[in-house]
Amino acid sequence: MNGLRQIAVDYLARVEGEGSLKVTVVDGQVDDVQFSIFEPPRFFEAFLRGRQHTEAPDITARICGICPIAYQMSAVHAMESAFGVEVGGALRELRRLIYCGEWIESHTLHVYLLHAPGFLGSPSAVHMAKDHRDVVEQGLRLKKVGNEIMRVVGGREIHPINVRVGGFYRVPTRRELEALVPELEWARDAAERTIRFVAGFHYPDVEQDFELVSLSHPDEYPFNEGRIVSNKGLDIAVSEFNDHFTEEHVARSNALHSRIKGRGAYHVGPLARYGLNFEKLTPRARDLAVEAGLGPVVRNPFQSIIVRSVEVLYAVEEALRIIDSYTPPEEPCVAYRPRAAVGHGASEAPRGMLYHRYAIDDDGRILDAQITPPTAQNQLTIEDDLRVVLEQHIDLPDDELQWLLEQTIRNYDPCISCATHFLDLQIERKERTT
Amino acid sequence: MAAPTLAVYKFASCDGCQLSLLDLEDELLAIAEVIQIANFPEASREVVDGPYDLTLVEGSITTAHDARRIVEVRKQSRFLVAIGACATAGGIQALRNWADVAEFTRVVYANPQYINTLSTSQPISELVPVDFELRGCPIDKGQLLEVVTAFLQGRKPDIPTYSVCVECKLRGNPCVMVAKGIPCLGPVTQAGCGAICPSFHRGCYGCFGPMESANTESLASWWKQLGVEDAGLVDAFRGFNAWASAFREASDRHEAAIEIGGPR
Repeated sequence: MNGLRQIAVDYLARVEGEGSLKVTVVDGQVDDVQFSIFEPPRFFEAFLRGRQHTEAPDITARICGICPIAYQMSAVHAMESAFGVEVGGALRELRRLIYCGEWIESHTLHVYLLHAPGFLGSPSAVHMAKDHRDVVEQGLRLKKVGNEIMRVVGGREIHPINVRVGGFYRVPTRRELEALVPELEWARDAAERTIRFVAGFHYPDVEQDFELVSLSHPDEYPFNEGRIVSNKGLDIAVSEFNDHFTEEHVARSNALHSRIKGRGAYHVGPLARYGLNFEKLTPRARDLAVEAGLGPVVRNPFQSIIVRSVEVLYAVEEALRIIDSYTPPEEPCVAYRPRAAVGHGASEAPRGMLYHRYAIDDDGRILDAQITPPTAQNQLTIEDDLRVVLEQHIDLPDDELQWLLEQTIRNYDPCISCATHFLDLQIERKERTT
Repeated sequence: MAAPTLAVYKFASCDGCQLSLLDLEDELLAIAEVIQIANFPEASREVVDGPYDLTLVEGSITTAHDARRIVEVRKQSRFLVAIGACATAGGIQALRNWADVAEFTRVVYANPQYINTLSTSQPISELVPVDFELRGCPIDKGQLLEVVTAFLQGRKPDIPTYSVCVECKLRGNPCVMVAKGIPCLGPVTQAGCGAICPSFHRGCYGCFGPMESANTESLASWWKQLGVEDAGLVDAFRGFNAWASAFREASDRHEAAIEIGGPR
């Protein structure tokens, strides 16, 4: 199709934060795709300098109200690696448990309230509730199960207060955790129903040769620990992150774009964790994934909603396992002494790997900080997907194309507050003037 | 009569306070039956034109663009509620108000010339009149529900302005400062969270900002008896509500004390 076509959307809906998309189509060919982030910068790395290392988990949590536990976990692991502290046993299990809560809450928010309405042609979950009230109610109840874990272990759902370097301020009693079990047992069935529900959506036929990057641990599906691996040969310690990844700052975005040195764009998040750790899922989660038609590696970014749903089932089962075997530790926290050192931490936020690095002085104060959030890491990959989807569907009417491109971005559950730390969509179609 | 309309706007923030609305899992669909969600981009693609009956504003003002945008938002809003520490006090990003933002930009960004930002992070009330401020980092979703309900019923929200200490007494918590010698901002911090931190054996760190007529000087002398020096007091008051006047003044006082008394 020739001629000038323009579509402009000022604010991409149902994502967390503010970003924009500008697409230029010349003579029916994709000319340029720019996914930009206009969220105002907040300068966390700058004002962390001079603060006590103990404040990092609470301060960095405020980068993101959707995934505060990810920030708290990457921060405490970075500090603990700097000081040579090992946190094991029940304390380590409690960290996995609270992370299960965040995955259940964040993934369910995404699946039911942000992404599913797009597949069902609905502007929001509230609109969707008119035809699918029982589905939306199931999603809200499942989301609440995740929030309840955060509240019991962390004190509250958003910006939990109980995580500290070395462990926790107070550990829950067995009885407090056991009170979560009946709803978690309901959630296990609800998570299965969720997988079957989203597996029935219509998925655009897109296959991408992603470089998938996630943590990998020998014994468990990754939350807090492991090596950073990829399906294209990367296998490094967390401390080697800056040797293999670079961030660059481009004019159109307040987020830094990440690349793997020598290769370029890569993909973090559920598809990466799943593709690199499939065998570490619970048997039930694997069976449901197979029943939903997924192989052990998923290359269609639109199917990430199914993979997120599989991860919800995993997180529910993992939470039940942890609670069943829980014996409160004698001390809520491992004692340590701060020292001048550099520490690295990476953990698996719901939307992908989150890396923190801190240099600490002898008094335990932060000298400098580096935070690399998942959405910044996915930004180039999102642009690649947009280009492919555009090329495949370039003849669609503007409103349908716009809907599809919004979904293409939402596949990543982008947390734009994180990435800067808006989405304004423009499609410009023009003839090349010669 | 048509249902009143609700708009939710975001400025510089973490999204957590507007997420609190979606975290009302048991009430969300009932709320949507009595109030029309007219402009809430994080939850809905559908935007109904203003003006709006109730507007919730999350985040602080840190860019020239946002300083213009909030004026437009005010014009479109009959009743405007600032929600959360960013909107009511500038948020953690107000730490820039004591710093050189050009230097901050160089630290975080390779190409500072691409970044447009103001030298300060300001609460909404410094730019436009605000009808109600709901405190917290994050806000408490029960208090949010009370604000929305009070609006629908045409009455003043019942939000206490006493200190976290009262909530500790109501929960039967032993005082962490008296019993365990843990420094706590509870005596000068407005209630609203339910005294979560003391209930988890840690000192309050001031998420809900200063209570009415907070006696920060008295609290600081208690902290000093527990071994906290001026530098520690500066950090404690310069948290998520650093730019709220009582905490700002206390932090400036202790910073001046460091400068008189030598390096920290």
